[in-house]
Amino acid sequence: MLENEKVPAKLKLRAVADQVYKNAWDAKKRGELVGWSSSKFPAEIAETLGLAVCYPENQAAAISAKHGGQRMCEHAEAMGYDNDICGYARINLAYAAGHEAEEKPMPQPDFVLCCNNICNCMTKWYENIARIRNIPLIMIDVPYNNTVEVDDHHVAYIRGQFDDAIKQLEKISGRTWDEKKFEQVCANSNRTAKAWLKVCSYCQYKPSPFSGFDLFNHMAVVVTARCKVEAAEAFEALAQELEQNLKDGKSTWKYAETHRIMFEGIPCWPQLQALFKPLKEKGINTTAVVYAPAFGFVYNNMDEMMKAYCKAPNSVCLETGVEWREGICRENKVDGILVHYNRSCKPWSGYMPEMQRRFRKDLDVPVVGFDGDQADPRNFSEAQYNTRVEGLFEVMEEYTARKGGDHNE
Amino acid sequence: MEKIYTMGIDIGSTASKCIILKDGKDIISKSLIEVGAGTTGPTRAIKAVLDECNLSKEDMSYILATGYGRNSIDWIDSEMSELSCHAKAAYFLFPNVRTVIDIGGQDAKVLCISDKGMLTNFAMNDKCAAGTGRFLDVMARVLEVKLDDLESLSAESTKVVNISSTCTVFAESEVISQLASNSNICDIVRGIHKSVAGRVAGLAKRVGIEDDIVMTGGVAKNKGVVIALEEELGKKIYVSPLAHYAGALGAAIFAYQKSQK
Repeated sequence: MLENEKVPAKLKLRAVADQVYKNAWDAKKRGELVGWSSSKFPAEIAETLGLAVCYPENQAAAISAKHGGQRMCEHAEAMGYDNDICGYARINLAYAAGHEAEEKPMPQPDFVLCCNNICNCMTKWYENIARIRNIPLIMIDVPYNNTVEVDDHHVAYIRGQFDDAIKQLEKISGRTWDEKKFEQVCANSNRTAKAWLKVCSYCQYKPSPFSGFDLFNHMAVVVTARCKVEAAEAFEALAQELEQNLKDGKSTWKYAETHRIMFEGIPCWPQLQALFKPLKEKGINTTAVVYAPAFGFVYNNMDEMMKAYCKAPNSVCLETGVEWREGICRENKVDGILVHYNRSCKPWSGYMPEMQRRFRKDLDVPVVGFDGDQADPRNFSEAQYNTRVEGLFEVMEEYTARKGGDHNE
Repeated sequence: MEKIYTMGIDIGSTASKCIILKDGKDIISKSLIEVGAGTTGPTRAIKAVLDECNLSKEDMSYILATGYGRNSIDWIDSEMSELSCHAKAAYFLFPNVRTVIDIGGQDAKVLCISDKGMLTNFAMNDKCAAGTGRFLDVMARVLEVKLDDLESLSAESTKVVNISSTCTVFAESEVISQLASNSNICDIVRGIHKSVAGRVAGLAKRVGIEDDIVMTGGVAKNKGVVIALEEELGKKIYVSPLAHYAGALGAAIFAYQKSQK
């Protein structure tokens, strides 16, 4: 690339994501502590203390996407972990136990940071890592939100744990909390979140200036580096590119946009191409995803920060979950929904039949489910998936005809 | 006026079916070969359906394929999912249909149909053979009876032996245990039908059931399963003698509609 040539945002994003793991390896070499963190643990804490952290979920997704998921899952099963357990957990537990993964190596941890706002499997998963590696576990327990608004008692409960997590990490690492630095880290985190949400918002335009599947590729940075200014800059650069695409009538979606759908759930990383193939063949652009914007944590003060970390696909009540998704569907003008019944994520998949019913009733769009897995390729059948996508397409065609003939009107 | 012939080909996992329609409404020929995708079945079924009416492929205005193996023939005009084809055929055979239950060789599906015959919603089985035709194949083999005999055996049952509907392999073990305990084979078969019905009824209730209910697909030939499903749903189920050909029939109707565009 020439010196003055503008670096494409996707390369900037890749560099930011790679740097997270490089930082961790470098820290390990210097003899510093390295942590592993669940993706929705408040990243602001470790970043303020200057501690290098890796993300097992991100690593497991990368290993799965590079077709190492089954091998690692089988290692975990041989260790005694049931194949009903989350595929990410199995992959990571195998790695923690010493099974190599050349697809995405990361240094072994000296401490683990767990927040169960994603799911409660996370708690046992991290307890197991701590036991396997004989290292401290720092836990932030986020109660399931039975109410639409986050209860003040929950905020106080999480805040107490947040403060305690800082104390524990100070003790483990010998580092001192710096309030000024924390403020800067929070500012970075908010800037990244806003830029990320802006990127996601470009799906609202018709035709969309990008393929919604791109979000699955870009989201690694918001998971692993959201407190870093480089992440904010990379997403801002991406938003600028999308704005330009919009002005120029260009898109990373290279096909006719005959229909627009929401993809519900975590994608099947080992079969990302297989997921995409029938969609592109039918001109179905995924203009709404639940998983990606779920990582846009925006807050103005500590209470709002606690509340932001209460919002995850598996930690909100059905009403909030439905409202959240239906808002995304309306904003991004979808005319169908594809639901991934994810064998690795039972809490998420468990409430989807009721959500499906509500989507159909409230949005008057067809909703179709398929069986799969975010990491274990054994739980996905391409032929079954193709039939369901084809069926969804045919029903969307019928709906389009019924609603007046023009696509996407 | 020149007649318009269209062909629908349904390449399933266990059988290949073809239908030729005249002017989109008269079935002039049909064929069924009891082997499906990846076998000689499709070729034989196509030859048989053409031979029966003394026509050639070139006489067809439009040829449309459906079913699991729909992508395996490259000379057809187009293909569609079996979901739309079964819905189309059910509406053709029973204009009051609102719910279609199709149990095929390796999947089960429930289709919701609007009063204008439009497919509005559907649900399919998950990645599991329970509740499908394959489940019945496995059970017939364990019982050492012919698949076609299951219906008459269940008709002679006096009580139901409960068989699990969660897993084909576990259900097979249960059947073996029942045989070892000298349970009546007719009662076991009735329990097997109830197991399939329970699984499919769950799927149907998930998408919502409206009258009239029509059953299509190969398993609809087995009255024992139809009766068990009627008991599970508490509703009458309509079955056409052409139930097994529904995919091919729907494909032939779509072929006619496409030939008119």
